[in-house]
Amino acid sequence: MIKFYQTGTFTVGNRLLKEDQRAVQADMHRTNSLNSGHRACQGCGEALGARYAIDAAMQATGNQLIAVNATGCLEVFSTPYPETSWQIPWIHSLFGNAAAVASGVAAAQRVLGHTSTRVIAQGGDGGTTDIGFGCLSGMFERNDDVLYICYDNEAYMNTGVQRSSATPPAARTATTPALGPSPGNVFGTGKNVPRIAMAHGIPYVATASVSNLRDLERKVKVAMGIHGARYIHIFVPCPLGWGSASEDTIKIARLAVETGLFPLFEAQDGEVTASTPIRHKVPVAEYLKLQKRYAHLFRNPPDLQRIAQIQMMADRNIDKFGLLH
Amino acid sequence: MDKPYAITLDVGSSLANKTGAWRTNRPVYLDRLPPCNHACPAGENIQGWLYHAESGDYEAAWRALTEDNPFPAIMGRVCYHPCETSCNRGKVDEPVGINSVERFLGDEALKRGWTFSPPKAESGKRVLIVGAGPSGLSAAYHLRRLGHGVKIVEAGPLTGGMMRFGIPKYRLPRDVLDGEVQRILDMGVELELNSKVTNIVETMSAGHFDAAFLAVGAHIAKRAYIPAGEAAHMLDAVSVLRSMEGEEKPMLGRRVVVYGGGNTALDVARTAKRLGATEAIIVYRRTREKMPAHDFEIEEALQEGVLIKWLSTIKNMADEGTLTVEKMALDATGFPQPTGEFETLEADSLVLALGQDVDLSLLDGVPGLDIKDGTVQVGRNMMTGHAGIFAGGDMVPSERTVTVGVGHGKKAARHIHAWLSGNTYAPAPKHELATFDMLNPWYFSDAPKTMRPLLELARRTSTFEEVVGGLTEDNALFEARRCMSCGNCFECDNCYGVCPDNAVIKLGPGKRFEFNFDYCKGCGICVSECPCGAIKMVPETN
Repeated sequence: MIKFYQTGTFTVGNRLLKEDQRAVQADMHRTNSLNSGHRACQGCGEALGARYAIDAAMQATGNQLIAVNATGCLEVFSTPYPETSWQIPWIHSLFGNAAAVASGVAAAQRVLGHTSTRVIAQGGDGGTTDIGFGCLSGMFERNDDVLYICYDNEAYMNTGVQRSSATPPAARTATTPALGPSPGNVFGTGKNVPRIAMAHGIPYVATASVSNLRDLERKVKVAMGIHGARYIHIFVPCPLGWGSASEDTIKIARLAVETGLFPLFEAQDGEVTASTPIRHKVPVAEYLKLQKRYAHLFRNPPDLQRIAQIQMMADRNIDKFGLLH
Repeated sequence: MDKPYAITLDVGSSLANKTGAWRTNRPVYLDRLPPCNHACPAGENIQGWLYHAESGDYEAAWRALTEDNPFPAIMGRVCYHPCETSCNRGKVDEPVGINSVERFLGDEALKRGWTFSPPKAESGKRVLIVGAGPSGLSAAYHLRRLGHGVKIVEAGPLTGGMMRFGIPKYRLPRDVLDGEVQRILDMGVELELNSKVTNIVETMSAGHFDAAFLAVGAHIAKRAYIPAGEAAHMLDAVSVLRSMEGEEKPMLGRRVVVYGGGNTALDVARTAKRLGATEAIIVYRRTREKMPAHDFEIEEALQEGVLIKWLSTIKNMADEGTLTVEKMALDATGFPQPTGEFETLEADSLVLALGQDVDLSLLDGVPGLDIKDGTVQVGRNMMTGHAGIFAGGDMVPSERTVTVGVGHGKKAARHIHAWLSGNTYAPAPKHELATFDMLNPWYFSDAPKTMRPLLELARRTSTFEEVVGGLTEDNALFEARRCMSCGNCFECDNCYGVCPDNAVIKLGPGKRFEFNFDYCKGCGICVSECPCGAIKMVPETN
């Protein structure tokens, strides 16, 4: 039997595969939940990640979906009054309360007897890991029937690239300038929200990347097949905040996965159950060099010590999640 | 006004916001020239026919292939596949086994009896083709498809030219050759064997031909002066290989020495082995790197026990079969120089494989011809200096391979067709080359090349059975799917999927995609993520 399909499932579609084996994004009639005309920057990873995730959730739920949005780029670029890019029921309240509002929407659906209607809350890393963190933890511990999706672009991009608790070490932001003896964000800071979510013992936690569409879609589908609190953390490069070329958005996301800096894994009830293997391992410098937020590491002479520290972070992930199968 | 609290405007769609206005560069779909197609001496659209083979539609693949080359089963055995040498996949793992897929398609066609359709209309013009080798047969095929009356006149007793009288059976079984030639004759091509054209102008006017294509090949063995005793057994490679086709096999003896470094020398040495020689030694004046023979043939010959003496020339041959060989050394310019050091070699026969010359006697007295270095000079349109007489294959200056000959036949046919209609043929401008840096190879699954099974060595040296086996259908499909479709959209949906602005419109199977420039912001992700390099960015002009 032939098991080889030229590009297999690495590409969005593949004419050699049956239609139902192709990505949701390959469908001529996909929902386009986040429609054209939004005001995200050229090459925005978050706009892409949001359409990937919500289209997949729409397909998984038979279009019975309500989305709650935290304040952030995604909210601002998609809904400048009175226009909206959303082709689904969508609500925005405050920066920090998306998880709480979603809990309420889910409760209301239950009360109304709309058993098939599902709820997603979504926000950037600022609204999730910092400002909305209390509400998020509450949603988790109550095991409310909400899928929370964090689109992680590693800083407050909408307000001008300020550091968040998801900003990685050494990255330059407006509040962690590339100045002084240890330029950029400080090593040893920040928090890992997927692992904090796991610590709540919720039914499903996963990480995903815009570079691995099929993996992302599968995880959203799995999440929508489960009731209770679920969390997916999606890696979405930001050309503006990271100082990268707009055409490199997916390439950078791919390199984050292939270096081991952003491990793709799934956890159920607090335990890691699976990880997505690295196809071709790449040194972290390949990833860092494409981004101006790390430019200070590559001056003459290069900051080999900090590059090595970042490499160690990647190698630790590879070990911990078994990324080299 | 009946609106909810704090709402004063109707909800609108962001579609009102034409973000395409931000764009400074725009993506453009294009077809680039795959390196395999670029390298093919017969001008095959290799990426094009592999595309059909990938989906398992072998007949469509064969039909696309035979648009350019009527001999896939022969090509799949004797072509030196420059396509594979240039294949971009070679930079990922190994080149696509194009040659083996081609052979599979050719064999499949012979097995299933696929035929060429005769032309829909006759042009009324008649073209004379001299020589039934690869070039002549290729020209006949293409001219016949264009509706011209074609007659091939061949001096030898059988068709095929050097494909029959130069290439041994273990490389090209004769039923394969006969099958592919017959299919061309079945299109209504007239054939006259055992008839040597002695004066081309007379033959043309006697037969009322409107044009002629000459492809008589190069069959006269080149000689080198080697002092030899009267009883010394010295032969030439062309006649050795030719006599392999007759009843009387050449008498070479147990110890055979072949002089020369081309593919023909290897063919003779390997043939000698199969005829029972215990020793087959090739004497060549330069080094392996400089040997004109193809590397895989050298490798196969060495595996079969053929010995090669590098940097050696033959000075003389004594009656009892003792050869005096002088050692050579390469000078600073890489040219072999004699060293004055001699050794002897025992041989029952010496076969000279030093190249071939063209028999140009049919052109005697034809005005306007330009003959240089024993070959006929032709223009870019393959026409000789005499209007209406075209030439190709080994008799014109070129690399002398079957595939080049087939390419000449096609090219000449197009120019003859144009010339007969009073036009000139202008080939379509070539697309820009799809180089490796234009691809995104990450998307292609990792897969090794499926090697064609080699016959067991022992079997190979004792019989004339085919050395290289064919692919099975499973293998062929697998191999075809290793193609990266360089420079040509294969509808993977990547551009459609990766656009953050939904600005790519999917037109449906076989119809590819188009951009919605109302919303395309020109970010260029589609270009970066196109696996095969079929999109490029160009600056906006206004």
